[in-house]
Amino acid sequence: MVPTWHYLALAAALFTVGVIGVLTRRNIIIIFMSLELILNAVNINLIAFARHWGSVDGHIFAIFIITVAAAEAAVGLGILIAFFRNRDTVNADEIDLLKW
Amino acid sequence: MTFYEVTFYVLALVALLSAILVITCRNPVHSAIFLVLTLLSVALIFLQLQAEFMAAVQIIVYIGGIMVLFLFVIMLVNLDVAVRQAPYNRQRWIAGFAALVLLAEFALFIYRGRDWAKLPPAAAEAVQPNTELIGRALFQSYILPFEVASLLLLVAMVGAVLMAKQR
Amino acid sequence: MPASFLDAVWLVPALPLLGAFLMLLIGSRLSNKIISWLCCGTIFGSFLIALGIFRDLLGLPATDRIYEKIIFTWFPAIPYITDGGNAANFQIEWGYLVDPLSSVMILVVTGVGFLIHVYSIGYMAHEGGYYRYFGYLNLFMFMMLTLVLSNNLLTMFVGWEGVGLCSYLLIGFWFLKKSASDAGKKAFIVNRVGDAGFLLGIFLTITTFGTLSFTGINAALASDTFAMGAPAITAITMFLFIGATGKSAQIPLYVWLPDAMEGPTPVSALIHAATMVTAGVYMVARMNGLYQLAPTTMAVVAAVGALTALFAASMALVQNDIKKILAYSTISQLGYMFLACGMGAFAAGIFHVSTHAYFKALLFLGSGAVIHALSGEQDIRKMGGLWSKLPVTGKTFVIGALAIAGIFPLAGFFSKDEVLWRTFANDVGHGDLFTKILWGVAMFTALLTAFYMFRLVFVTFFGVSRVPRETAHHVHEAPRSMTVPLMILAVLSVVGGWVGIPAALGGGNRFEHFLAPVFASHVELGAAEHAHSLEIGLMVFSVGVAVFAIWLAYYFYIRHTEIPEQIVYRLPGVHRLLYNKYYVDEIYDAVFVEGPVLGKGLATALGRFDLKVIDETGVDGTAWLTRSISRLSIWWDTWIVDGAVNSLGWLVWALNWPARVLQTGMVQRYALWMATGIVLFLLYYVQRYILGS
Repeated sequence: MVPTWHYLALAAALFTVGVIGVLTRRNIIIIFMSLELILNAVNINLIAFARHWGSVDGHIFAIFIITVAAAEAAVGLGILIAFFRNRDTVNADEIDLLKW
Repeated sequence: MTFYEVTFYVLALVALLSAILVITCRNPVHSAIFLVLTLLSVALIFLQLQAEFMAAVQIIVYIGGIMVLFLFVIMLVNLDVAVRQAPYNRQRWIAGFAALVLLAEFALFIYRGRDWAKLPPAAAEAVQPNTELIGRALFQSYILPFEVASLLLLVAMVGAVLMAKQR
Repeated sequence: MPASFLDAVWLVPALPLLGAFLMLLIGSRLSNKIISWLCCGTIFGSFLIALGIFRDLLGLPATDRIYEKIIFTWFPAIPYITDGGNAANFQIEWGYLVDPLSSVMILVVTGVGFLIHVYSIGYMAHEGGYYRYFGYLNLFMFMMLTLVLSNNLLTMFVGWEGVGLCSYLLIGFWFLKKSASDAGKKAFIVNRVGDAGFLLGIFLTITTFGTLSFTGINAALASDTFAMGAPAITAITMFLFIGATGKSAQIPLYVWLPDAMEGPTPVSALIHAATMVTAGVYMVARMNGLYQLAPTTMAVVAAVGALTALFAASMALVQNDIKKILAYSTISQLGYMFLACGMGAFAAGIFHVSTHAYFKALLFLGSGAVIHALSGEQDIRKMGGLWSKLPVTGKTFVIGALAIAGIFPLAGFFSKDEVLWRTFANDVGHGDLFTKILWGVAMFTALLTAFYMFRLVFVTFFGVSRVPRETAHHVHEAPRSMTVPLMILAVLSVVGGWVGIPAALGGGNRFEHFLAPVFASHVELGAAEHAHSLEIGLMVFSVGVAVFAIWLAYYFYIRHTEIPEQIVYRLPGVHRLLYNKYYVDEIYDAVFVEGPVLGKGLATALGRFDLKVIDETGVDGTAWLTRSISRLSIWWDTWIVDGAVNSLGWLVWALNWPARVLQTGMVQRYALWMATGIVLFLLYYVQRYILGS
């Protein structure tokens, strides 16, 4: 059996990659994708611990995370399309209308 | 090392590499493809963790729904110009440093707790079919979050349509 | 009939004041008839009350004839230490003092004033500004009565200044004529010089006596704290006399009176003959207690009086304007009054004041009738032969001339003779030679007076008529409103002296006895009571001198009219000197007006003082100060007040700065902050659970 902490290590690494992607890339779509990476890392954590404890709660939580991720991706991309129509850009650092 | 364990390490490597490629590619389409690969790897890891329902859900919803959506949006947004611009922003070095510090902290926590996170010997054999268990739990203990989630999806659907439709 | 006229004494000045006030307010809307009735009525009312006061006063015992009525307190009492170290209470009240002296004065002022008011109705009938004239005239009466009735030096000074003001207003009545307005100014300014002396006298009185009320001063004198010839008393009396020279036209401040003839003739009669110019004499008489203690001043007063009498009479000899002759005559007669006061014969001086009022007013009004008849001609060289044409005027005029010449038994004889006798006989310590010289000067002046007066009479009314043909057609006697006062004054000129028939002639000299309590000497005057025979002898001598002078005038101007021209031909320098009034006006002009030191120089210096110090430093300086303070205020408001407010705003802005800096609007930056926060958060747990254990 693979020790549970191996799964945690993988999840941590995927999480970090996702964070780097969110903080570093200019293209909003890439940022969204990195966000999905983060969520997946969390899912891995949950399923690993579900197996560790032998309960199904982890699965349920992971289902809900996927559900919310889907909803959020839909709305977020909808907003992106609306924004792109006005500004003709998908770069995150060009969208600073809410600065002080 | 059994086949069971090797699959994990192989899939882990694939997932990690393709994740890194997701965030490094200039072309968003490429990133999307690599993300699909990552998600697939994760689904297979789920399978290796005896969570077959989750693996199915991952493939159907995530790859089949969300990634398709991503690709549609990439097509709608004109990215010819974006490909030629700088891929990284001004805060990349600090962000990278912070993320790595974060990783170091994670590593520290995980490594220090690795004894605690070993598998208990008893639960190694009991493998039950996931779907029934998940179904039971979802419609009995977690009925309320289930209904709320459906409401959430409704709202998200309406919102997405509203945001994206032509004026 | 009120219980006591004495209580109603305040009405005497109040009625004319009411008249003046009404003229000021609504005079321009009233008809001449109403104005005449109103303004003459007020004076007549005052005259009746003055008669009542006189009757009441006679009812009191001789030694107790003093009545004081206080109207209101002007300056409340202030404790004061005099120069002599006495404690006094300095207080000024507006009060009226009724005693024999003031009762005589108000009778003369209101009586003669009333007659002149009536005369003015006819004289000013065709003039513009009728209401203004009568308003000023009533105002003058108020001021003069205030002067005479005052119970203290300060309110007397109010009246003093007031009559000066009215004199200015009335001399310059026809102010559109430059010579008239100039004359008004000259009168006021020259008067002002005298008033400066008067004020100094008042100030010294305050420091010496601590009070200005006459009863208070007399009480202080009665307590014998002041020696004869005390320097303080001498100074006070000298300063007051300087004021009197200005008001009563003595040397050196007489120069305004001849010019004052620019005013209407009734004004000349009232103000510059009968009343205002006698204010100086009245003041000296009122302060007789002080003057008797200052023999030096008395000598000065007598000398100035005598000298002025001679001086003015000499100038009257050669004048050709009716009114100018009478003006110089007034100056000369005023000199007699001061001579009398200087010799300690205050009652004689006041006696001459009253008789002079009668005949001088008569002469002036008569000359006014002549001028009126000749349609404005005033030069006697263009008159003559008017006796038949102006019978009433002529006869009354001759009566007035006889009175002033001092012919027995007219009024002028008794008063002038009293003055001459007292000058000769009184012993006030001036020295025998001095007094005899003064008597000689006065006697010679009497000769001149009779001579120039009858020169005027003969040239104006008798002889060949030199009236131009056009005016000769219009020569007519004056209306009744003018001739009746003339007749009344003529009667007074005859009988007015009979109240003062001296003991030498068998009379009781009631006038002098009536005034005696006022002039009771605090120091032994040693009034000589020479033998009556000497007095009668001198009387005869003076009458003889007067008759001789009249005959001389007859000889020069009726019989041999070529003689005056020959005298002028023989003594051109003398004539020129006299005709040009000894060039006094020119000298004053050169020294005080145009002169580099006192005149233009002083005026320029004062003007520059006014410009530089008062205007620039004072007014502009105050403006500059105000602006500077306002600049300071602006600075304070901008930097400190606004600064406090603004700094609060800045504080909020500054406190906000970190939050503002973080609000870049860039989502990834926010995400970085979140990541950093999580890292630091976890760092804490790392430190606590990993590194520690």
